[in-house]
Amino acid sequence: MELVCPAGTPATLRAAVQAGADAVYCGFRDETNARNFPGLNFSRDELIEGVRFAHGHGSKVMVAINTFARVDDVDIWKKAADMAVESGADAIIAADFAVLDHVARNHSQVRLHLSVQAAAATPEAIGFYAAHFGVRRVVLPRVLSLQEIAVLNRAIDVETEAFVFGGLCVMIEGRCYLSSFATGKSPNLNGVCSPPEMVSYEDEPDGTAARLSGFTIDRYGPGHPVGYPTLCKGKFKAGGKTTHLFEDPVSLNAGGMISGLKAAGVTALKIEGRQRGKGYVSEVVRAFRKALDAVEHGGDAVDIDRLLAGQSEGARQTAGAYEKKWR
Amino acid sequence: MAELALTLGPVFFHWSADRLADFYRRIADEAPIDRVHVGEVVCGKRMPFSDSVWPAVIERLERGGKQVVLSTLAAPATVRERLSVEDLCGTERLVEINDVSGLPSRNGKPFVTGPFLNVYNEASAKFLVQLGAQTICPPVELSFAAVGAMALKCPEAQFEIFAFGRLPLALSGRCYHARIHGLHKDACQFTCEKDPDGLPADTLDDQQFLAVNGVQTLSNQVQVFCPAPAALASKRIGRLRLSPQTCNMVEVARIYRQLFDGKEEPEGARFALSCLDLPGTLADGYAYGKPGWQVTAPA
Repeated sequence: MELVCPAGTPATLRAAVQAGADAVYCGFRDETNARNFPGLNFSRDELIEGVRFAHGHGSKVMVAINTFARVDDVDIWKKAADMAVESGADAIIAADFAVLDHVARNHSQVRLHLSVQAAAATPEAIGFYAAHFGVRRVVLPRVLSLQEIAVLNRAIDVETEAFVFGGLCVMIEGRCYLSSFATGKSPNLNGVCSPPEMVSYEDEPDGTAARLSGFTIDRYGPGHPVGYPTLCKGKFKAGGKTTHLFEDPVSLNAGGMISGLKAAGVTALKIEGRQRGKGYVSEVVRAFRKALDAVEHGGDAVDIDRLLAGQSEGARQTAGAYEKKWR
Repeated sequence: MAELALTLGPVFFHWSADRLADFYRRIADEAPIDRVHVGEVVCGKRMPFSDSVWPAVIERLERGGKQVVLSTLAAPATVRERLSVEDLCGTERLVEINDVSGLPSRNGKPFVTGPFLNVYNEASAKFLVQLGAQTICPPVELSFAAVGAMALKCPEAQFEIFAFGRLPLALSGRCYHARIHGLHKDACQFTCEKDPDGLPADTLDDQQFLAVNGVQTLSNQVQVFCPAPAALASKRIGRLRLSPQTCNMVEVARIYRQLFDGKEEPEGARFALSCLDLPGTLADGYAYGKPGWQVTAPA
């Protein structure tokens, strides 16, 4: 299996490659990618240099152009795809029909991967993208169980890539407008979710309130670590209860499921986190490299949870939807 | 000026078979609506409860002069759900496709794209038109200006805006009604049927915010977008979609019809709608490129 790792900056790209990434994925410094944060991402020249470095070390580079093109500005997305191809990228990761169509028509020599933002989860949907755009790999939505992935892989002819570590969307990606509902900015339109400029923390008599766009998403008592108010990990009052209605503040760690994902026919394992620094990326990539090598060589399972104990920000971890009881 | 039309979207909530039959009987007989969507969109597990009512509902609606559209699931996953999408997409009636899974079996026959299918620009719209898309109802987060720009650049399709009802904001593989009740989706006991407008989810400071409906999350607020007919015409937008809630939907349709006919001004229509028994306060931010919960209606 291939290990696909995040690169938010040129330094992180080099760190990921040196830590054992088979491939890195990155995006341009604009709204064409789903991690459109200040200080992140690549210019054209940085991408060219990153591709040169990665190829020199036997790694591949995939470029995410995976937001949905804005009406009247589709050319920005098309040009980003052209630039990725000219920079020597090995694959383009896209979700929008317009971007997929452009790459398929003009750059058929480049591998086209279907972004998780397209939320293709059935043989019919995946078959459609393969037939119309020649998609070679599908990044699977994070709502499928291991059993469902195994069944799906038997029914399709393209490769699948599954998230194994990092942030966990509980909503079907690409079909969640919670962020724009609260803040006006969303993953599909702007490449951001629950944007930092809309976050405020306020010390109040009953604790620290974490707010997004004025909506109180969580409240922390004195001495408790304060979390980021991501909408789907917040506390809400519903049905007479106050709970983490959608998901607890957990992150994904499917390190214990690598052999299961392999048995299910998955081609590539993906680590989330283009917004992360190079120290984090190095450590996570190294741990997964070790675990993956052990599985590939039929060796003893590596205790990946122990290796990564320091990288979950104190948050609890979950294997998410890979375990059927998650639903 | 082209005739403006009203669409009644599919019912998102788990209404009983009797409630559905009564609801569509009134719509067929009394509502000034041109096109009515029927069928389950949110959760395949609910389908056995409503499957039996649709033939009579469709017949009644067509006798009442309505064009019927068969809506399909927004997130089909199980074999049974996938087959239902395939079956519906194979029919001769107009269908609403809410997931790419439905496109292969539609095989070029005409269809409507619902707000769960991501159509954000004119190039994507044109791609779908080639496959048979006739009416496009884009995702709710797109502004009136953005949909209008798309409509002007893609005259081959008719465009529709989600104008009334709680906004469909997210879908998940996980059922939140089940989670609230300490259950799993696979043994959910259909607790969603107790909330025919969705279950409000307020913030810790009691701000009205969201509503859950099984695997779906909606706004707590009710979208009420009342554009002047001339504004719709100038952007080549021919349809408004009204999404069923438990309030008097016949009256909702009458108010929009009066708006279209020039018998009611936008502000008057908004006021009349606000007087109905709505499940939440009014919102229209998305239409104006603002956060969806906001109220920004101009004069």
